Amino acid sequence: MHVFADQANLDAYLSSFLWILKLTGASAFLALVLGVLLAAFRVSPVPVLRGVGATWVSLFRNTPLTLIVFFCYFGLFSTLGLSLADDLDLNNYWLGVVGLSVYTAAFVCEAVRSGINTVPAGQAEAARAIGLTFFQTLRIVVLPQAGRAVVAPLGSVLIALCKNATIVGTIGLMESSNVMKDLINSNGDAVIPIFLVFAGTFAAFLIPTGYLFGWLANRLAVKR
Amino acid sequence: MSSSVLYDHPGPRARVRNAVLSVIFGVGVVVLLWWIYRRFDEAGQWEARLWKPFAEAKTWTEFILPALWQTLIAAATGMALSLAFGIVFAVGRLSDRWWLRVPAGVVVEFFRAVPLLLMIFFILYGVPFLIQGPVPAFWAVVVGLTLYNGSVLAEAFRAGIRSIPAGQSEAAYAVGMRKSQVMQLILVPQAARAMLPVIVSQLVVLLKDTALGYIVAYPELLQRGVNDLSANYGNVVAAAIVVAAIYIAINSLITLLANWLDRRSQRRAFRVARRSAAPAAEQTVVEPQG
Repeated sequence: MHVFADQANLDAYLSSFLWILKLTGASAFLALVLGVLLAAFRVSPVPVLRGVGATWVSLFRNTPLTLIVFFCYFGLFSTLGLSLADDLDLNNYWLGVVGLSVYTAAFVCEAVRSGINTVPAGQAEAARAIGLTFFQTLRIVVLPQAGRAVVAPLGSVLIALCKNATIVGTIGLMESSNVMKDLINSNGDAVIPIFLVFAGTFAAFLIPTGYLFGWLANRLAVKR
Repeated sequence: MSSSVLYDHPGPRARVRNAVLSVIFGVGVVVLLWWIYRRFDEAGQWEARLWKPFAEAKTWTEFILPALWQTLIAAATGMALSLAFGIVFAVGRLSDRWWLRVPAGVVVEFFRAVPLLLMIFFILYGVPFLIQGPVPAFWAVVVGLTLYNGSVLAEAFRAGIRSIPAGQSEAAYAVGMRKSQVMQLILVPQAARAMLPVIVSQLVVLLKDTALGYIVAYPELLQRGVNDLSANYGNVVAAAIVVAAIYIAINSLITLLANWLDRRSQRRAFRVARRSAAPAAEQTVVEPQG
């Protein structure tokens, strides 16, 4: 473990995971908002909105995230001149957040839509029968029940998002995979400890997160 | 519940309202697309010289098609190895012997939690120090894909094997099979059939993840078709759009196949359920997979 006894290496390790945390946090928020909105589009009575939702999902779910992040940098930023921050790192960070969010929103949308599908038809029919409008049905009756059903799939999406955050390293952000690569290249005698520390950090956070969401999903499940 | 259950069958007023909303949002979408078009235009991205390379045979024969082949080869190799890995570790996790069950569980949980890129970097940059020789980028990508997707498939198989009605293995034990025979002859074949849609949809994940090969300079579609091609013609946006369209087309086809298999297996499960009396129905119907 002599590699991490060096203060510079330790700082690089910590800041790399801070980037992962920030990427995950901001993208999770944006993807959740966007994904729920898209799911509402996909079940709405307006054909244009259904089309927008379906197109978004089939476009972004079938494109590799690496290509999306690549496009955010070389397309949006380099070619089209969209700059999101003056600072180089911050600009890369926000471009990465944009890429992660539009990609993950497609998966959130599908998770929420399949959650809506688990709500029995009788619930919505009863809501309509007492005269609730579409938005009232969705907001008061369907979404609260669907929300409980989507805890587990959304947990998986969140875990995947956290792991996907490493891909933002492609556009030069010094996140965990890039820092690990540098440490391995300069410490050839300690590659296994270095890998175990980086991989272990992910495992130590994500495996309990998986179990937490599993437990939560069980607890919140609508008993039928 | 289909989406139409959320709202009443539209009457005259609702139809008018929906039509108005359609027009409003339709105009909004058109304006948005027009704005994107203008932004591209201002940056000169619709100039013919940027798109012309895609009408030339050389672009396809030298860049895109060989790269697509590399992508498909990596995905196919990764898929074959992942299936083997998945079956071995699923059976390992269901073993009666703790010294098989526990390590198999640790391996599967570990590789599911570690980002693929981290593993690929370790294999490409770390393993050469250990084996005192270079690792080709192809194998770094394929082994990384195998460890991750194999672990995901192992969990899917395990769920599949456990979803098979207990009567199946009880009957097999009753005719005198050993545990390994029950697994090989009774449980794995049925689980594999039930899991076929999941396996095929995992192929989409795998195919998309081959794009990580770009980061380690493996000459796949993103590397050759976008990065190298645009280095020659300076058309990164155009190249990215064309390559994205190729990925979307292939993955949509795979998704269609998975959905068709899913419908087929559900029909089949339904038939079995009907034949074997009502109470068993709930167990026989395969759980819908996300």
